[in-house]
Amino acid sequence: MNIGALINGLPGAVAQGLIWGIIAVGIYITYKILDIADLTVDGSLCTGGAVCIMMLLAGYGNTVSLIAALVAGMLTGVVTGFLNTAMGIPAILAGILTQLGLYSINLKIMENRANQPINANNYDLLVSLRNIKNVPFFENTIFIVMAITVVIVLLLYWFFGTEFGCTLRASGSNEAMCRAQGINVNLNRVVGLTISNGLVALAGGLLAQYQGFADVNMGRGAIVIGLAAVVIGDAIFGRLFNNFAFNLVAVSLGSIIYYLVLQVVIWRGLDAQMLKLLSAIIVAIFLAIPYVKNQYFKSVRNPKHHAEKGVKFNA
Amino acid sequence: MLEIRNVCKTFNPGTINEKVALDDLSLKLEEGDFVTVIGGNGAGKSTMLNAIAGVWKPDSGQILIDGIDVTKMPEHKRAKFLGRVFQDPMLGTAAKMQIEENLALAMRRGKIRSLKWFITKEERISYRQKLAALGLGLEDRLKTKIGLLSGGQRQALTLLMASLKTPKLLLLDEHTAALDPKTAAKVLEITDKIVKENKLTTLMITHNMNNAIAYGNRLIMLSEGKIILDIKGEEKQHLTVESLLAKFYEASGDSFADDSALLG
Repeated sequence: MNIGALINGLPGAVAQGLIWGIIAVGIYITYKILDIADLTVDGSLCTGGAVCIMMLLAGYGNTVSLIAALVAGMLTGVVTGFLNTAMGIPAILAGILTQLGLYSINLKIMENRANQPINANNYDLLVSLRNIKNVPFFENTIFIVMAITVVIVLLLYWFFGTEFGCTLRASGSNEAMCRAQGINVNLNRVVGLTISNGLVALAGGLLAQYQGFADVNMGRGAIVIGLAAVVIGDAIFGRLFNNFAFNLVAVSLGSIIYYLVLQVVIWRGLDAQMLKLLSAIIVAIFLAIPYVKNQYFKSVRNPKHHAEKGVKFNA
Repeated sequence: MLEIRNVCKTFNPGTINEKVALDDLSLKLEEGDFVTVIGGNGAGKSTMLNAIAGVWKPDSGQILIDGIDVTKMPEHKRAKFLGRVFQDPMLGTAAKMQIEENLALAMRRGKIRSLKWFITKEERISYRQKLAALGLGLEDRLKTKIGLLSGGQRQALTLLMASLKTPKLLLLDEHTAALDPKTAAKVLEITDKIVKENKLTTLMITHNMNNAIAYGNRLIMLSEGKIILDIKGEEKQHLTVESLLAKFYEASGDSFADDSALLG
């Protein structure tokens, strides 16, 4: 066991965790706020990566390429939202349909190739595997992604605090109430899916740059890794923070922790092929905890005690 | 104010579960009417309210609110005319959000929701006053998540939300049925107060004959999707449970076993 190898790998894990943190923030919007599991992300992540890399290869700048990735991702969200709200297809199935269709589209974006590499020597990349050590801090990938995350969190904090943004949160909490209060739940769902997939694709662009290629399979299991970050962040920091912006930061931190743990696991000699299984098991456990707690471990309290603890109607 | 013209609605048409819920129903409310609605299970009470609220479109007929034909208007657009309180206390408020956020959502019913910051200071002060008027001690808990409140508190809040932006019509769908008797009485008291203060035109479904008689200036009874009794004015004021039952026998003629068991 070479502790040096582990320490060496940590900055990379943090950088990757931060990029996946943006994906997780996107997933937080659909999963936690809108209360739907959106599987579009498995496709839109790659769409973002593919668009970004192809634009860079075509000679466009970093900003334009990343914005194009963001917009492409938003479009995928619109498609899922349309299938779900206007066509009446259940959200989870609508996401799967979009994701499947995107597989072909992503291949077409990458000019029929499953993998499109980009050479960091010939292109000016915003983030890269190479820029995590021994570079000025403002060129450091960790710093850049952190800055992007902060901007995203602030924008989302503002948006979900506005009159309109608040109706999105309400839509995920109680649809009947929303309709009774004149809120267009369907529109909100489309908007939420659009923002979510836009963020995921933007992060996809960053991820492709970071790893130096876009791959048609790069989004496989993204929803699970994103959920892992959401549930880890919630489990560790959920009780600490009671503020929307901090909740988003917790998601990002959850993602970093997830990658740090992975780094340790790999360092301890786990077969890398087993990583996805490990991710699935982690998420399954975290998602199961609240249910299992309630179902099997809840002591039946004495009713008097219960009434005292509960909130009473003080009429 | 409200006009329902010959509305029909059949659920699951052409199947073994076919159910005629509204059968050529017509009803006209005047401004300021407080109408209590009674009837047995499956009489079409909730169906009538849902038709007005736009939960689904009727098979035929027309619904007008304040002279505007809303028959084809989607539920969320119609909401600007309506205040609604449901039977289930969980349905009227968003559990994951704070009391003040719920109120602010209701305050903007019928308005375009902009990208302005959500709750203003002045708003907060007015919410505090309105909550204090409910007399439930909620005025100091603006930031409390709704999920922590009791059913009665949530129902009282839903009532406040329904009236915050004065609606043309208030729809109460057995809104005290899920509460214990003491709480139900308190919520009814608040209902009466809010209706009187804002002079709201109101339709209130109730399963309780005494309440139906005690509140409002008009009483209608539904059976099999039709209005079979319509009592207003002077007659309504002198109504007793006995006289109402007598009228019901007269109107329906057939056996009353199920309904009387439910209504008594």
